[in-house]
Amino acid sequence: MTQVQFTLNGHSTSADIPPWVTLLDFLRERVHLTGTKKGCDHGQCGACTVLIDGKRFNSCLILAVSRDGAEITTVEGLADGPILHPVQQAFLDHDAFQCGYCTPGQICSAIGLLNEGRAESREDIREYMSGNLCRCGAYTHIADAVEAVLEASK
Amino acid sequence: MADTSGFIGKPVIRVDGVAKVTGAARYAAEYHTEDLLHAVAVSATITRGKILSIDTEAALAVPGVVHILTHENRPDTARWDLSYRDMVGPPGHPLRPLYDEHIHHNGQPIALVIAETFEAARDATVLVNAQYDVEAHLTDFAVARASAYDPPKRRMGIKPPQPRGDPQTAFATALVKIEAEYHLAAEIHNPMEMFAATVILDADGVFNVYDKTQGALNVQFYLTQVFKLPAKKVRVIAPYVGGAFGSALRPQPSVYLAMLAAKALKRSVRVTLSRAQMFDLSCRPETLNHIKLSADSTGKLTSIHHHAIGHTSAYEDHQETVVNWSGLLYQCANVDMGYKLIKLDTMSPGDMRAPGAAVGVFALESAMDELAYALDIDPLDLRRINYADHDQNDDKVFTSKALRDCYDQGANAFGWAKRSSAPRSMREDRDLIGWGVAGGVWDAPYSPVPTRARAELSHTGHLTIISGAADIGTGTYTIATQIAAETMGLPIEAVTVRLGDSKDPFAAPEGGSMMAASVGSAVQAACQKLQKALFKAARDLPDTPFKGRKFKEVAFRDGQMIAGDVAVPFTDIMTAVERETLGVTATVLSNYLSTQKYISYAHTAVFAEVRVDEDLGVVRVTRLVNAVAAGRILNPRTARSQITGAMVMAIGQALHEETLTDHRLGRIMNHNFAEYHIPAHADVIDLDVIFVDEADTRVNPIGAKGLGEIGIVGTAAAIANAIFHATGRRMRDLPITLDKVLYSDG
Repeated sequence: MTQVQFTLNGHSTSADIPPWVTLLDFLRERVHLTGTKKGCDHGQCGACTVLIDGKRFNSCLILAVSRDGAEITTVEGLADGPILHPVQQAFLDHDAFQCGYCTPGQICSAIGLLNEGRAESREDIREYMSGNLCRCGAYTHIADAVEAVLEASK
Repeated sequence: MADTSGFIGKPVIRVDGVAKVTGAARYAAEYHTEDLLHAVAVSATITRGKILSIDTEAALAVPGVVHILTHENRPDTARWDLSYRDMVGPPGHPLRPLYDEHIHHNGQPIALVIAETFEAARDATVLVNAQYDVEAHLTDFAVARASAYDPPKRRMGIKPPQPRGDPQTAFATALVKIEAEYHLAAEIHNPMEMFAATVILDADGVFNVYDKTQGALNVQFYLTQVFKLPAKKVRVIAPYVGGAFGSALRPQPSVYLAMLAAKALKRSVRVTLSRAQMFDLSCRPETLNHIKLSADSTGKLTSIHHHAIGHTSAYEDHQETVVNWSGLLYQCANVDMGYKLIKLDTMSPGDMRAPGAAVGVFALESAMDELAYALDIDPLDLRRINYADHDQNDDKVFTSKALRDCYDQGANAFGWAKRSSAPRSMREDRDLIGWGVAGGVWDAPYSPVPTRARAELSHTGHLTIISGAADIGTGTYTIATQIAAETMGLPIEAVTVRLGDSKDPFAAPEGGSMMAASVGSAVQAACQKLQKALFKAARDLPDTPFKGRKFKEVAFRDGQMIAGDVAVPFTDIMTAVERETLGVTATVLSNYLSTQKYISYAHTAVFAEVRVDEDLGVVRVTRLVNAVAAGRILNPRTARSQITGAMVMAIGQALHEETLTDHRLGRIMNHNFAEYHIPAHADVIDLDVIFVDEADTRVNPIGAKGLGEIGIVGTAAAIANAIFHATGRRMRDLPITLDKVLYSDG
């Protein structure tokens, strides 16, 4: 067991965990933050995307113990009480999902992308969001949502 | 009070949307209880044969491992095949994981490792060592093709194709004709949520089964049969389903294994399958279509021949409606159709979005494009020339068919008139540009079994709608809310819809695009019944303000019951009648007499633009326009998402998706998202959906046709036809990967 400490959605969290536990399984199975989704466990689908110190990562490819001291934000930590994060609101407004399973990863990935500051166009959004698969095929609506937030922030 | 009318047909925002964007919506693997055990399945590494022995000693020694189930130590389950037959399963012998030593397909579960943690269970699976007696297997469609057979038992709902006229003579004597074979690879549904089941055993001995399913009642039925339990001991709950596309119509091994472990250990257990294991559950069958078309010089079809072979497993006869569409979509007196199966040593295929139509209509609509070029007639004009005003398969009248409007409005939006017809005639920079068109058709049936819904009004004026139906991302929660709010005259916020619980009123599994029409009609009927119950309760009060009023004089608006100048809030009525809640249940059923005369289909016209880089073989679908005639559109926002989503899946079908089997091993080798590519953001550029007006008073009480499947039908053909227009080479084998673009003779 290894002791780790995170700032998880703004709260200081410490835990004793075996070193082979992924951040994804830590979130879902050990602290029951199930908003972060498991879609492949191989870093191929993006459903498990979380923000670590403001950057987007596939949490299934990260061992939890390797991020001691990190600030981790999951989909559960984005809204300010009943006030949704602008990206969450845009997903709602543009019907940017159907089943909702890839949605937390898409939203965290979009926030990470906006933080990166390198997306300037819809083509950029499509390219830089391509690590997040959506089998319901909401891509054009996701691009609409992210583009709307990008335009509003310019 | 907020608006209480005009909801049906409005783009109401998904009522489950906030739960989904905040992570609050919980899926099958996301329920927890103290002492929950975690289980991971071990998959067979041979394709056909028998297990001689399974050594579990090393795996059991892994710290945290509690138990390992195999066919040798499993708890007792039902003996007869019939007990394993779910509500939608095909004829045959359903697979029974861990039942005995027989292996029927590669990846079949052979053991379940149960541990205190997910990590321990997963790690121990690699230490389970099975010895096999390997038998020869066959997974190669091309080899098995010679042994195609007519399915001896028809699957429920699959009509045998009926030939008509004298197609052989018509074809032999025709001046213009084409003949070709169209092959489609097997595809995997690959919903984003991995199949999982969490069984929570409560203090009363009830198995609370959180499962990934399109039919909670189907899974409950299956589990009670297989595990010989009374219905009250098994409750299946699936409020949210992370995509399914047909893969969760039948109970999958995840829920079977989780129940097996829960029963064996009398503990709560979660089973999550891996993405690789999801390639061993179900697939769209590999299908070969042989088509012959002939026409007179004006383009009128003189014969249609469509024979198809689909693959199935060694143990079941999965069947689809592949060829019947060819006798339906165009007017033609001489039609020959046939549908056969071949057996391969794979898992049973299952329904995947628009089963049958997505493969059969691809072939027909590709062939129609070939015929158009043979005739030198515009492909869209050829379809207009052969327009079917009457269903010749069943000799029935369409309840509605606005396909001509789809042709017109789709062509207009796409700019079809600007198309130059010659292949390779449109080019920009280094890209060849191609424009293609195809038509789509899908059933618009009612559920074949009665659908029920319950409406409960509380004393606070809140309405709860309850049905055992499912919302797999399709928008059932939202349209049920709209219909209920509008019927009762309540704001959207005053309505809650509860779905996906087997203890609730019966609805068939969510499939076949039947849910909106069936559950929507049931919700409407329940609310109409509730109106009557509320009116009767109010009128029977001693000092009723509705004295002498008849029900038909009463309106329900703004949360009130209104008759003339009398308007009483529902809450006052509930207080006066001293009721906490007032609830009614309604059942709807298709009108048998109506179905003898009328038949309903949804139709589309799909227009595709591709850009092809011939040096690299890269195809980009730069534009898709889908004009849809599907009756009344209940919610254009969620409806549009259903269609665009299916169009995305069609891009995958056309260009990317195929299982690649190593026939020496009988195993699907590309069982992950890196090697089985589903469309990503970068593959999807510009999608447009047009819903043409199509009033339909006969199809069902709410006038809607389902939208879950129709968006994929014909779309891959439009893309393949566009590739022909761009390159002059005909692609008859899906997916059209870049090697085919580079090297196919066409």
